[in-house]
Amino acid sequence: MSVQVRTLEEVTQTSSTADSPLATDEYFINMGPQHPSTHGVLRLVLKLDGETIREVIPVLGYIHRSIEKISEFSTYKQIVHLTDRMDYLSAIMNNWAVSRTVEQAAGLELTDRIEYIRTIVAELERIHSHQLSWGVLGMDLGAFTPFLYGFRDREIVTDILEETIGARLTMNYILPGGVMFDIHPNFVKKVKEYIQYFKPKLEEYEELVSGNPIFQQRLRNVGILDSETALSIGSTGPVLRASRVPYDLRKIEPYGVYDKVDFNVAIGTVGDCWDRYYVRIEEMRQSLKIVEQLIDNVPEGKFMTRKPAVKLKLPEGRFYSQVETARGVLGFFIVSDGKRDIPYRAHFRTPNFNNLWAITKIAPGGRLGDLVSNLSSLDLVIPDIDR
Amino acid sequence: MEVEVLYQTIEALTPSTKRSEVSADRPVVEVLAQELVALMQQLNDNSHLGFNILLDHTAIDWEKEGQFELDYLLYSTRHAQHLLVLTRIPRDNPIVPTVSAIWKIAEWQEREVYDLFGVLYDNHPDLRRLFLEDEWQGFPLRKDYQDDFMLESPK
Repeated sequence: MSVQVRTLEEVTQTSSTADSPLATDEYFINMGPQHPSTHGVLRLVLKLDGETIREVIPVLGYIHRSIEKISEFSTYKQIVHLTDRMDYLSAIMNNWAVSRTVEQAAGLELTDRIEYIRTIVAELERIHSHQLSWGVLGMDLGAFTPFLYGFRDREIVTDILEETIGARLTMNYILPGGVMFDIHPNFVKKVKEYIQYFKPKLEEYEELVSGNPIFQQRLRNVGILDSETALSIGSTGPVLRASRVPYDLRKIEPYGVYDKVDFNVAIGTVGDCWDRYYVRIEEMRQSLKIVEQLIDNVPEGKFMTRKPAVKLKLPEGRFYSQVETARGVLGFFIVSDGKRDIPYRAHFRTPNFNNLWAITKIAPGGRLGDLVSNLSSLDLVIPDIDR
Repeated sequence: MEVEVLYQTIEALTPSTKRSEVSADRPVVEVLAQELVALMQQLNDNSHLGFNILLDHTAIDWEKEGQFELDYLLYSTRHAQHLLVLTRIPRDNPIVPTVSAIWKIAEWQEREVYDLFGVLYDNHPDLRRLFLEDEWQGFPLRKDYQDDFMLESPK
């Protein structure tokens, strides 16, 4: 008589092979549109075999507001105000994308002051967006503290921006031809204080989360996206850079005053969730560095090149211009017929729409539990996908 | 890359490809719909071009001309070069081959254009509505689209 001792691992492995008596069937479950880790109304239909994901089918449209159709009835200034409802964590950068396209098409010249202010507020926004993404990643993996820490530090940035802009979330600030208001007298002082405050906090973030073995195990070698696939599926921003492609518009096609500042582009080595997480940590450090170089040197000048023209007619043609938001490349495509002050067709190339599809490549083959890490590491904002 | 060299290289790729008359802020080439895939494949593969990113794909409804203009915005990371490829298809028979075998993202960008313009992509692996529900009637970004929720156009 012989007794066979088995391990839990052997049991689970045999039960998942198709020829065992415990063969499993593939089945579908629905994740979302209301689910805490989809960060909004994203619905994923999952084809599962046990706990292994076979296929991910994103279902969109739960927050589709036809921004492109509304844009066909709106002047260029009005379109700006729709954009901060897309990626609300990169609201100012979204304004910038529209303004930049219109300025280039109309040939508007900007003062140095405008470019400095735009670059500083955009980088502050990139910091607060990555802070939230860091906190939410922690919460998705079961740690509540990062979320509170992230929000604590993010509040101060929104306070600083609120003083100048007047809003905390859907900030409308950049217009074609300048910015809406000059910076608040306290702005420079508070931003400098913030840089000194946040630098040690960023080290604290690392101590709290980066070295944690649970985090390491849930992120390392999970959801690997190789560089060729990443390019082919159109991902940009931290997702693409984590896959070893140093594609950052701030370096490649500098706008604002990015060509006058010294900073590095953070890239990953493997393309897993960990790299996507760590690229964002490093980007916060680089953004602090950028703001630090600019904040003392904001030149004097006008904050609006001329009186805001209500009717701004663009010449006939197709214009496309893009900026690097916290999540990747946001492009704005205008087709103007040259006759009216509204576009004939307006189209947004949004970073989240193009980053989302990475989930269909990186999640299959992995476990259901890892889907949450994968989703969180893509850092999606759903209204930006649906528009 | 010199724009003139770029045009000459691309014009040599397929017989119908030529630089376009339309005004745009970047080099534009126009191609017949039936040669679209052959051209795109070479734009991607040719090492002198290397357009490895399909940044954006969208359509424009030229209602008066009875045409859809399909725009493909390409970028080459190797040569830091932008390119706009456009093709025109009749509005009453909007069929065009898919380029999703070359760039995966086209599969979903094309689904968006199908959803909002009704352009049919031949050989597409999964042509479905993207934002709207499957039962939706009509294609909202067409200029002649009407439904009960529409805004009045400002005069």
